[in-house]
Amino acid sequence: MGHHQFQKQKGRILTKSFFVLLTLVAVGMFFIAVRIVKGIGAVSNMSDGYPWGIWIAYDVATGTAIACGGYAVAILVYIRNRMHYHPLMRSCILTSMFGYGLAGFSVMVDLGRPWNAYNFFVPSKWQFNSAMFEVALCVMAYSTVLIIEFLPAILYSMEKSRWVRFRKFMDWLHPRLVPDKEAILDKIEWVRAGAGWLRPRLEKVLLFFIVLGIALPTMHQSSLGSMLLIAATKLHPLWHTPFLPLLFLINCIYIGYAIVILESIISSHAFRRPFEVQQLAGLAGLIPWLATLWLVVVVGDLAYRGQLTAAGSLDRYSCLFLAEFALLATGALLLLPPRQRRSPRWLFVSAALIVSGGALYRFNVYLIGFNPGEGWIYFPSLAEIMISVGIVALELLGYQVFVKMVPVLPRVALDEPKPAASVDPTPSPSGWQPRPQTS
Amino acid sequence: MKQTRRSFFKTAGAVGAGWVAATQPAAASTPPAPHNDELGMLYDATKCVGCKACMAACKRVNAAVGGLAFEAAPFDPEALWDAPTDLSGDTRTLIKLHRETSVWSYVKHSCMHCQKPACVSVCPVKAMTKDPVTGIVDYSKDTCIGCRYCQIACSFNIPKFQWDRSVPQIVKCDLCHSTNLKTKGLPACAEVCPTNAILFGKRGDLLAEAHARIKQAPEKYVPHVYGEHEIGGTNHLYLAGVPFEKLGLPKLPKEAPASFSERIHHTIYKGFIAPVALYTALFCVAARNTKKNGSNAAPPAAEPSETPETPETPQ
Repeated sequence: MGHHQFQKQKGRILTKSFFVLLTLVAVGMFFIAVRIVKGIGAVSNMSDGYPWGIWIAYDVATGTAIACGGYAVAILVYIRNRMHYHPLMRSCILTSMFGYGLAGFSVMVDLGRPWNAYNFFVPSKWQFNSAMFEVALCVMAYSTVLIIEFLPAILYSMEKSRWVRFRKFMDWLHPRLVPDKEAILDKIEWVRAGAGWLRPRLEKVLLFFIVLGIALPTMHQSSLGSMLLIAATKLHPLWHTPFLPLLFLINCIYIGYAIVILESIISSHAFRRPFEVQQLAGLAGLIPWLATLWLVVVVGDLAYRGQLTAAGSLDRYSCLFLAEFALLATGALLLLPPRQRRSPRWLFVSAALIVSGGALYRFNVYLIGFNPGEGWIYFPSLAEIMISVGIVALELLGYQVFVKMVPVLPRVALDEPKPAASVDPTPSPSGWQPRPQTS
Repeated sequence: MKQTRRSFFKTAGAVGAGWVAATQPAAASTPPAPHNDELGMLYDATKCVGCKACMAACKRVNAAVGGLAFEAAPFDPEALWDAPTDLSGDTRTLIKLHRETSVWSYVKHSCMHCQKPACVSVCPVKAMTKDPVTGIVDYSKDTCIGCRYCQIACSFNIPKFQWDRSVPQIVKCDLCHSTNLKTKGLPACAEVCPTNAILFGKRGDLLAEAHARIKQAPEKYVPHVYGEHEIGGTNHLYLAGVPFEKLGLPKLPKEAPASFSERIHHTIYKGFIAPVALYTALFCVAARNTKKNGSNAAPPAAEPSETPETPETPQ
């Protein structure tokens, strides 16, 4: 499974940013508690005209697109056979896992009657006409698949780790609470053996899940577009098109590549690692193609439906449409010269443009282009925003902690002769032999 | 298998072409003829005197099953009167007044009981249902997950949500099907209306009556029965003396949005063939790629000097 391609990030877990993020999470959780006790109206500005606010438009519709890095890179690695991108895979899957998991979490905050959500698992309640039914089942399945895809990394570190942090914690407990150290160490050995037993077996069947991890997002990302097909009389004609599913699908793929570039540059900067320019330049080379494809579909569809004049009319809707168009086109154009694709600064700028253009598109479809009729307005309340911020903070927090506990980030200096010994702070326990590579 | 750019565009082109074909209204999926045996109501705005007896009766009859409460006006802290300003989580039906300098008209708002209801089409868990015989669009709070997709979907903005409650539900007219219709054979609003502005009956009969009224007094009516063709037809029909748009009944196309969305969604997911084919194709490609590379991870070109993980010596 190529565990040697990845390494743990060294460093303390309880950093300053950890506590800042933790505070934001706590604020978000407070407002979630208010929402549970007093109802959705107590914290949000949603109304019967705008029944979906930023929890859906950002956390679900945009958040899962931003979490599409794992999907986009998996297409590249496994379908288009570009194995040299594999070192990026794990951090992508990790962010996808958090992105999707927390999108699911904010859906549970947003649902009015979440205790009835078990109906998704009752076959007599299945409603195949509903795009939401498809999205819900696919997202739940994909979140599970992401966890399974990430499991080998966790098992690997359970197997190989010296459990330093755990031991320290036990030592800290010692004077206050005297644990039976021998028994606990025994249990750890047990866990380690279990992990060692499970991991090769899991890796043998992993390809089934990896492919599921490509098929499921293809399905639900397009269905996220299908969700708004029904709003024929409410969604502005600039965005309401039979091509919504196709546009959402392409949109999530270019957002996926762009977000991988952004995350990689940011984490390289934050963790003081060398930039992965080689791989990022390759990803960046794909974006202009996808952007062109997307823009061609958008313009062709507008022309076909006779809406080109509406796009150029410079009213509120047209301006937002042009903004989304310009952000994407500029980002893609910046990535055309190969020299700029090798500069972390240009990569960062253009990836940021692409992500914001793609995200604006999703906001336009879900919120801004949605007009339920006269007299309705929506702008998120502070509490509503803080819940979303809290959820994003939880995501960043989880990422920060995970990369320090599990080998996730691409290994620095790949061609060192004994990478496992030279960089990984967690040497293997005795008796471990390299096994023949599985499937 | 190294997929070439050409082959990628070929596939993309084929997918696109199929998509265009799918978006064309297929001859086979023409909307079914309107079901005129379904139950409905005809509201004649020219007969309505705005007494709001229908509103009071609706809340009296349905308060318990629908979780409806009085909506107090700002001057009435003790909530002696029910004074809703719009349909809401507490109000299933509402009389509004439209007034210009010399022209005025009342209008009653409530669920239109569409022939092809969007709320039923989008509800992911079948909490919204359309009775195959009576055509009543009903809601079950015991199934509802509170996702509010029905509110997004409804062209008339009818389903309302109880935003101020920790145990909320969707509120909309169900033609009193578990209350007044069961006990007295007609909805409460139609029962109490003193001027017969609300007629209850089968859609076909109501349509005939509406057209007869227009024919009898063409000067009194806008020559259109609202709901006859709007988004596939509704079972709640309107007659009025002022343009319907002024009464808050939007101008709508003939095609039901639900027919449009289901056509596209079903084309993609017909028989679940496409997803299975997608998975199989992806799996074959991925399996071949990983096999060729000896493992699903070992980078072939990037690191030629890379040796497999070196076994560690015990500490």
